[in-house]
Amino acid sequence: MSIVSISNLSKTYADGFQALKNVDLEIRRGEILALLGPNGAGKTTLISIICGIVNASSGAVTVDGYDSVKDYRITRELIGLVPQELALGAFEKVWDSLCFSRGLFAKKPDPAYLEKVLKDLALWDKRKAILMELSGGMKRRVLIAKALVHEPRVLFLDEPTAGVDVELRKDMWALVEQLRQAGVTIILTTHYIEEAEAIADRVGVINRGELLLVDDKHALMHKLGKRQLEIELVSPVAALPASLADFSLEISRDGNILTYTYDPHKADTGIDKLMKTIATAGFTIKDMNTVKSSLEDIFVNLIKGNGEDAA
Amino acid sequence: MNIYAIRVIYKYEMKRAFETLGQSFASPVLSTVLYFVVFGSAIGSRIDAVGEVSYGLFIVPGLIMLAILTQSVANASFGIFFPRFTGQIYEVLSAPISFIEIIIGYVGAAATKSLLIAIIILLTASFFVEIHIAHPVWMLAFLLLTCISFSLFGFIIGLWAKDFENLQIIPLLVITPLVFLGGSFYSINMLPPFWQTVSLFNPVVYLISGFRWSFFEAADVSVGLSLFVVVLFLTACLLIVWWMFKTGYRLKQ
Ligand SMILES: Nc1ncnc2c1ncn2[C@@H]1O[C@H](COP(=O)(O)OP(=O)(O)O)[C@@H](O)[C@H]1O
Ligand SMILES: [Mg+2]
Repeated sequence: MSIVSISNLSKTYADGFQALKNVDLEIRRGEILALLGPNGAGKTTLISIICGIVNASSGAVTVDGYDSVKDYRITRELIGLVPQELALGAFEKVWDSLCFSRGLFAKKPDPAYLEKVLKDLALWDKRKAILMELSGGMKRRVLIAKALVHEPRVLFLDEPTAGVDVELRKDMWALVEQLRQAGVTIILTTHYIEEAEAIADRVGVINRGELLLVDDKHALMHKLGKRQLEIELVSPVAALPASLADFSLEISRDGNILTYTYDPHKADTGIDKLMKTIATAGFTIKDMNTVKSSLEDIFVNLIKGNGEDAA
Repeated sequence: MNIYAIRVIYKYEMKRAFETLGQSFASPVLSTVLYFVVFGSAIGSRIDAVGEVSYGLFIVPGLIMLAILTQSVANASFGIFFPRFTGQIYEVLSAPISFIEIIIGYVGAAATKSLLIAIIILLTASFFVEIHIAHPVWMLAFLLLTCISFSLFGFIIGLWAKDFENLQIIPLLVITPLVFLGGSFYSINMLPPFWQTVSLFNPVVYLISGFRWSFFEAADVSVGLSLFVVVLFLTACLLIVWWMFKTGYRLKQ
């Protein structure tokens, strides 16, 4: 059974802007789901509704079977949220800030657990530091700690690695994996494709308030991924004979490599015919290589399609 | 009831006050002392007793009201405005906490601070004049009702305010004039008849009058009327807050 279930969710802001359009999404227990979409796609709006910060215009969200509006006390206790912005107080100490968070979520103080969370996030040395004095990376980790101190079952990370350097990004991914091992379901939003590709089990693509698709990461690449065949020739060619025109080949600048793009799931990929035509044309093949398109290419194609539909 | 949440919000707000001890408590005490020097001693020595009460003593309840009205509004409005301003409010909104609990936490803390300020001012005043309170229970009741209702009012301003300028404008343009013209330093009866009538439209007159009655048994308007106006104001604030939360006004899109 899914742990978060979103049905027919729409949101129109007070100014009339529709930020979400009939979104349906089932989030599976224990998975890492990446919501991928450009800025303004509606990722933060979607998360904010689930967490109770924004009211939905229509539709419903359930968490562990409980309605997020009617049974908000139960659902919110199950959820932790790390917001996109570094929204933190200025003059508080890290430790006090965590105690505040835990109390807000109706949990009685538990210094031992707080200590564990701080240590896991390499913040234990900073427990007495004033929030204002922390670096951006540390503030981000404090926000994560605040989201974890009430022991949530579902964690939302809204663009956890935006503006974070490569080193910290890797740390973040390791942390996410560690949390998943501990049984926490994780939903993260990102506009970095590599991020989704690196850590997610499933990827949802969202654009202009619409959830375009949600699928297993590998299946998604398999389903939508085009494959490319790179053919290296012994001697370069300047132009292609008319017999090869149908294959829409690309020629590399030095004329050594021909690239053929095909759909690997079709019964007839066209490769056989291409080989025969090349042989007939009198070219000599030196080497061949197939390349899978990345999530990035898939994403760009999807968004392009979506944009044209809307226009 | 999420008791833990109320407790941490309340504690957080109280801590803020004690960390800025000077600003929170010393400044009301200082201004009280200044008022005493200026009005009580310098001018007061040339003013006759008001009824049977010496002028120095007469202004004590008014001074307390002046302080708690402005402090309640300032504290409560800032308390909720600041997390909205920094974005920290997301945490409260995403927590398993009801609007009533949020109010109890924030408004309760602001009202407590005002109550402490009232007690401090009363103690400070007792160094200048001999204080006697005719109806301590009524005094406390007026004090509590005022602290709570004006903290609620401040909370409303803190929710309504879009920026720091908004936050200052109501206290500056509404509260301060109403309090100064509300009889903190004089009895309404000292005014010409026309201004007496005008004063009756100032709700603060009823507050100060009722509060003063609990000290000296002398009042500008009847105690019952005073009590009625305070309760009316409290009810109005409660209704506004209830509406704000029901509609998610300025808190939830
Ligand atoms: N409070 C708001 N009022 C009006 N429009 C908003 C509000 N918040 C967000 N939007 C708009 O909704 C769209 C989606 O925003 P958001 O959910 O923040 O996107 P993302 O997180 O994917 O970048 C954007 O076009 C944004 O301008
Ligand atoms: Mg966002």
